[in-house]
Amino acid sequence: MKIALKLAYRNLLGAGLRTWLNVIVLSFSFVIIIWMKGIIIGWDYQAKTDMTNWEIGGGQYWHENYDPFDPFTFAESHGTIPEPLKKEIALGETEPTLIVSGHIYPQGRMIPITLVGINPEQKILKLPTHMLDTQITTIPAIIGLSSSRNFKLGKGDNVSIRWRDVNGMFDATEILITDVFNCNVPSVENGKIFMPLKKLQEMVVMENEATIFTFKNEKTEREAIEGWTLKTKEDLTKSVDDLIKTKNAGQSVLYAVLLFLAMLAIFDTQVLSIFRRQKEIGTYVALGYTRREVVVLFTVEGAMYSILAAITSAIYGIPFLIWQANVGWTMPIDSSEFGMAIAQTLYPVYSAGLIITTVVIIVIVTTVVSYWPAKKIAKMNPTEALRGKIQ
Amino acid sequence: MTNFKHMKTKISILFSIISVISYSQPNADEILQKVDRNMSSENRVFESEMTIHGRRSSRTLTLRTFSVGDIKSYTEYLTPPREQGTKMLKLENQLWVYSPSTDRTIQISGHMLRQSVMGSDLSYEDMMDNKKLTDIYEAELIGNEMIDGRNTWILELTATTEDIAYASRKMWIDTERYVPLKEELYAKSGQLLKRSTLSDVVLIQGRWFPKTIVYKDMLKQGDGTVFKITSIKFNEVIPEYIFSKAVLKQ
Repeated sequence: MKIALKLAYRNLLGAGLRTWLNVIVLSFSFVIIIWMKGIIIGWDYQAKTDMTNWEIGGGQYWHENYDPFDPFTFAESHGTIPEPLKKEIALGETEPTLIVSGHIYPQGRMIPITLVGINPEQKILKLPTHMLDTQITTIPAIIGLSSSRNFKLGKGDNVSIRWRDVNGMFDATEILITDVFNCNVPSVENGKIFMPLKKLQEMVVMENEATIFTFKNEKTEREAIEGWTLKTKEDLTKSVDDLIKTKNAGQSVLYAVLLFLAMLAIFDTQVLSIFRRQKEIGTYVALGYTRREVVVLFTVEGAMYSILAAITSAIYGIPFLIWQANVGWTMPIDSSEFGMAIAQTLYPVYSAGLIITTVVIIVIVTTVVSYWPAKKIAKMNPTEALRGKIQ
Repeated sequence: MTNFKHMKTKISILFSIISVISYSQPNADEILQKVDRNMSSENRVFESEMTIHGRRSSRTLTLRTFSVGDIKSYTEYLTPPREQGTKMLKLENQLWVYSPSTDRTIQISGHMLRQSVMGSDLSYEDMMDNKKLTDIYEAELIGNEMIDGRNTWILELTATTEDIAYASRKMWIDTERYVPLKEELYAKSGQLLKRSTLSDVVLIQGRWFPKTIVYKDMLKQGDGTVFKITSIKFNEVIPEYIFSKAVLKQ
């Protein structure tokens, strides 16, 4: 085997440009696959981190009637703060949120919105709720950047809102936008207006009531509370997992195309080698090589392309991948329009597992592709091979 | 003594004036009852035009409506072609809408009642509102005002229950014809939400009736929704099948 490795190495270097073309094509596949996989892992990580920081914390209790995709449920999705959570709320370990439907009238346009009441002193979510902690005659409110664009409202603007209280009676007032925040989780900000919890409870006559409770820390075990549904972090980030799964499946096609191109080059080279190096094969057999050993030699030669490609890609790929991990990849189109938790700039995350898996897969595939034409050698007649007669 | 006599005369004149004024100005409930007599009938059949003024454009729908009191109502959209054949049936507190494009009848209930009717300034709930004003509001006569050359009484209505949409209303009632000429609907905070102005008051079958009503959501830009009655007949014989769900798919 040692001789086979030595011979294979010499043969490859001897082939010169042909070898290096194959190696470079294969090394591109290495780098691109690792980079793309890194982007997807980075997106998964970023989406879940952003969701945790901005929306879901360590998990939530939802009112049993609450369905975030159906605003018609909001009027029935509120209940008194349950006794078991009161202590956690007092300690700042859990934050109650009240959600009700309403309308906003920016520039005289009537737009349906969701009014979210949140404690201005909360520390669980990254929302700049401290901007709600202000003494003004109107009601302070904060909105997200995309809502700010849609409503054409900025910091310091006053706008009318209309809502119905718990009995269905209309009420309307002016609010003052005290801050506009930028966040990568569209479900946090799209069509939502955040205002002080106490004020919203007062406005809708739902004293001491809430729709959602967000935990600071993720606990594996939480007691069931009647009328409230426990949503763990896994439940709440399932949409991201599903999306990543779909994206991975889609990208696998691209990986397959990249690998196919590289493998085609290696397969061609192998077929050509066996065709052109018949005298050499015959000489090996004449010198005492078994046919199996000759097949191994040629297979090792082919597989060595992937080893050389791995080394080559390490030379230029490592600096490239490190640079990408630092500067990230900025999407050429506005990601806020995507409707999912995605940052404008994605930072790839590479794990040892990702790199090892990619290298192993490529080496195995290359070996199989190299063995395929090489097994033809076993059927060769050594005398004719020695004479260089085409078989 | 003479001074005392003069004073007595003055007081008696003042009392007489007050009594004449109070005699000529009925109380708020009486006014509302007289308005009801004008505005409501056993049944009515009418055709109307509803013009919805948006920010950029306006569109007009024509409708034919059959109604019995405030309880039963059936409306069919006649134009434009896009809405033609759309039908609405209201029975007591239930509302069904039939759409010919989907050939489906859906019941509008719960929060869907709060949605706008065909993009107008009216909600289904506004249309469904059949509670007597005197049952849910306490009325008070707060003054007089001239509107389009007609003297009106201003009534202020304050909600007596909490489960209604508007906390208070103001109505301007024509002092001679007992027809509202203007109405304003207010939020709990006192903010004006909707205004309707009623005009083209004509005498039809012995009752005064406004043929044009302009509804305006006061928080919204635009000229509101104009509802114009083109023909109306009171107390007609309406076949019972008109108010059955089967009529929607016919």
